[in-house]
Amino acid sequence: MAPDTHTLTIPSSTRYLEDVRQFVAKKAQLAGFSERDVEQLKIAVDEACTNVIKHAYNGEGEHAIDIAVILSSDKLTVRIRDRGRAFNPETYAEPNLIEFAKSRKSGGLGVHIMNRLMDRVEYKTKGGVNECCLVKYLPESD
Amino acid sequence: MSNFSVGFRNNGSIQILDLRGELDAHTASELEAAIQKCQAGSSFQIIINGANLAYISSAGLGVFMAYIEEIRENGGDIKIVALQDKVFNVFDLLGFPMLFDIMSSEEEAIAKFEE
Repeated sequence: MAPDTHTLTIPSSTRYLEDVRQFVAKKAQLAGFSERDVEQLKIAVDEACTNVIKHAYNGEGEHAIDIAVILSSDKLTVRIRDRGRAFNPETYAEPNLIEFAKSRKSGGLGVHIMNRLMDRVEYKTKGGVNECCLVKYLPESD
Repeated sequence: MSNFSVGFRNNGSIQILDLRGELDAHTASELEAAIQKCQAGSSFQIIINGANLAYISSAGLGVFMAYIEEIRENGGDIKIVALQDKVFNVFDLLGFPMLFDIMSSEEEAIAKFEE
């Protein structure tokens, strides 16, 4: 089966996160994911876009984020592309919750959530474009 | 328009915040402002009622993390009650039950404050 691709482009502002969640949720529901899986996809894409807005684009709202939901026979992939500062997953350390509270930090938990909720999270940068792919496999049909 | 709001109620000296809607990186500043308002009024015993909270991302969770130590240093606490399952799952994923009192009802949290 050829992959079925749906795209959405948003400005790099947190005010559009809700639109992204709804867009991905709708496609995931149509693809046959459970309510729980749909919820997990919504959070993962929200965290990925929030990181792009806050870190890749440093909070500047005039850039674009391209989101694509790619459906194939066995999985759904959410591909998020930006042209900001690249994220290096190798420099990321798992947060320790207690240390985290003591240091009064309020960010950095998103990557952890994405890793826990998705089957695969992949990053690459090519020609100034950063790409993050969130992959969730469809439940096996009986 | 924001799809998130915070309602304020009191039970004696306990401040109850009713969260409604979706809490993400866009709306987290409203929760932050609400907790700051409690602190400004010297209310450090805070109950977060999540019965009508439909969604939370790490940005929302981060607000609790950012204020909990300061509130405890002032002899108070943030207790979280009545979360919907899908929202509780996100708290649980990040190990929040280890750090916060997460309870099923407001009454339970009030009793704990009054111990």
